[in-house]
Amino acid sequence: MSTVENPVEESSQGAGPVQQDPEDFESEDGLVKRLFKAQAFQILLVLLVIIAIFSALAPSTFATFGNMRLIIQNASILAVLGVGMTYVIITAGIDLSIGSVLVFSGMVSAIVMRSIGGDGWGVATIGIVVAILCGLGWGLINGVLIAKAKVPPLIVTLGTLGMSLGFAQIISGGIDIREVPVVLSDSIGYGNVFGRVPILSVIALVVVVIGAIVLRFTRFGRYTYAVGSSEESARRVGVKVDRHLITVYALMGGLSGLAGILSLSQFGTTAVAGQSATNLNVIAAVVIGGTSLFGGFGTIFGTVVGLFIPAVLQDGFVITGVQPFWQQVAVGAVLIGAVYVDQTRRASALRGGKPQSLWRRLVSGKLHLTNEKSGE
Amino acid sequence: MFGHVRALDNANFDLYAGEVTALIGDNGAGKSTLIKALSGNLDIDSGEILFDGKEVSLTDPAQARAMGIETVYQDLALAPHLDPVENMYLGREIMHDGLAGFLGFMKTRKMREESRAAFVELGAPVRSLTSPVGSMSGGQRQAIAIARAVSWANRVVFLDEPTAALGVRQTKNVLETIRKVRDKGVAVVFISHVMPQVMEVSDRIQVLRLGTRVATLQASQTSMEELVSLMTGAIDKGVA
Repeated sequence: MSTVENPVEESSQGAGPVQQDPEDFESEDGLVKRLFKAQAFQILLVLLVIIAIFSALAPSTFATFGNMRLIIQNASILAVLGVGMTYVIITAGIDLSIGSVLVFSGMVSAIVMRSIGGDGWGVATIGIVVAILCGLGWGLINGVLIAKAKVPPLIVTLGTLGMSLGFAQIISGGIDIREVPVVLSDSIGYGNVFGRVPILSVIALVVVVIGAIVLRFTRFGRYTYAVGSSEESARRVGVKVDRHLITVYALMGGLSGLAGILSLSQFGTTAVAGQSATNLNVIAAVVIGGTSLFGGFGTIFGTVVGLFIPAVLQDGFVITGVQPFWQQVAVGAVLIGAVYVDQTRRASALRGGKPQSLWRRLVSGKLHLTNEKSGE
Repeated sequence: MFGHVRALDNANFDLYAGEVTALIGDNGAGKSTLIKALSGNLDIDSGEILFDGKEVSLTDPAQARAMGIETVYQDLALAPHLDPVENMYLGREIMHDGLAGFLGFMKTRKMREESRAAFVELGAPVRSLTSPVGSMSGGQRQAIAIARAVSWANRVVFLDEPTAALGVRQTKNVLETIRKVRDKGVAVVFISHVMPQVMEVSDRIQVLRLGTRVATLQASQTSMEELVSLMTGAIDKGVA
């Protein structure tokens, strides 16, 4: 085995000029090339293949507007949560409490609306504000404990997962509330714009677009990546890391609260027992979409694609008559595959080489061999 | 103090604008601790820091930076997933004016152009402005960290072993950069174990041993043998 040399180091110490010309900078990769390199895009191709297969198998039932609309509608609430979770995971954190916070927010909101009474927009608006504030409160608790008390996010949010669900059951006596103002279920729950597009999905789309723009183009987004990439470096250059982490968890909480009122509107019940796997589903979607659990890397676009893979599989299996339990098996496999890809990419980045694309790796089949071969 | 260890004791240190001051000493002599104290990364238990003759208390790196004091740490303090431009401006992004700036939008193009200019000026071997710095070689990362520090520093720049990861050519670039920065009237503090580099680039040399300054020398009037003897304690000039 020959020693592995670092080609980048070699070339930069080689015959390069001491004084560098502006033209020496590598030309930036074109849009198409960058697109193909992105894991989110590769996952999108996987999604499109899955859609194509189901469409071919069941053209008259799967590939219809109504079915697609159903899939999108079912993924909408998870998308709202996914936006917040993408931020959290990019900071190298995790939030397990979202499903419980969703239930808590919906429960408090439902109780407040019931006690005020009425079916108009006035009470509905109060309910929406209450739900978001409840979520925000839990998010702040998570953030402060993580950033200031330095308790690991996994433990903090595991704790608040139990606490928020517990409180939701304490204040309701463990009984679901099924009284929701009619305006909420008529609009957010089942309403449409342009006659066919669910309002629920439009709300989710707005959250997704704003979340993506903030993450990509603003200082807040930049700091989110920086904190996850190297907390210590961010601190040294003056980023207020603690405050940023608290804000990110508060944002996640606020979105959980919003999801609470959306869920209440859609299902007409507080569904205390209905959200036990929400956290894991959302985390899986974020990770499948290429966001690194180790922080510093990820996109909202990837998360949205990552949400639709389980949703489309579930729907497609039902329609094609496959036992829908296969969905869990397939999603599990995709999840592990996605994290494996992230691991190898991180490893190759640490070696100093350019990250190998999933595509080339899948096509060539040479996983770890490439580096050693080139050294011989 | 770290626990019961007195890292620095009677560690006087002075530096002047337009001068390269080398800070040398054996491992554990307290060089990095001294730099941390002077760059706002460490609260001192006792003693005073004078800046332009006035006493200042440096408790926060942001405060040091606002005074024009920049530091290149041994670990470089770069965010590996961000690209060179993002690292260059991390913590001091150029924001848009008006509403867009209020909403947090940044002047990405302006930051890229100015970073490019800074890298070119320093002859930094940065080939790509859009790749994450974590995928770059040690030399390139070092060059980015140094370029970041010297382009922001207008009073003092601390360089903690800036040539440690570098090849011959890049080391030469760094030493050249140090001279350029000094000629702009900035006080440069250069920490290194490599005596020939110390002799080559510095105007004054201060020697730390066991947390105490044992000597201050003009670089032109000393020798490597003397420096090594002072560092190891073979000779003792008394507390300078």
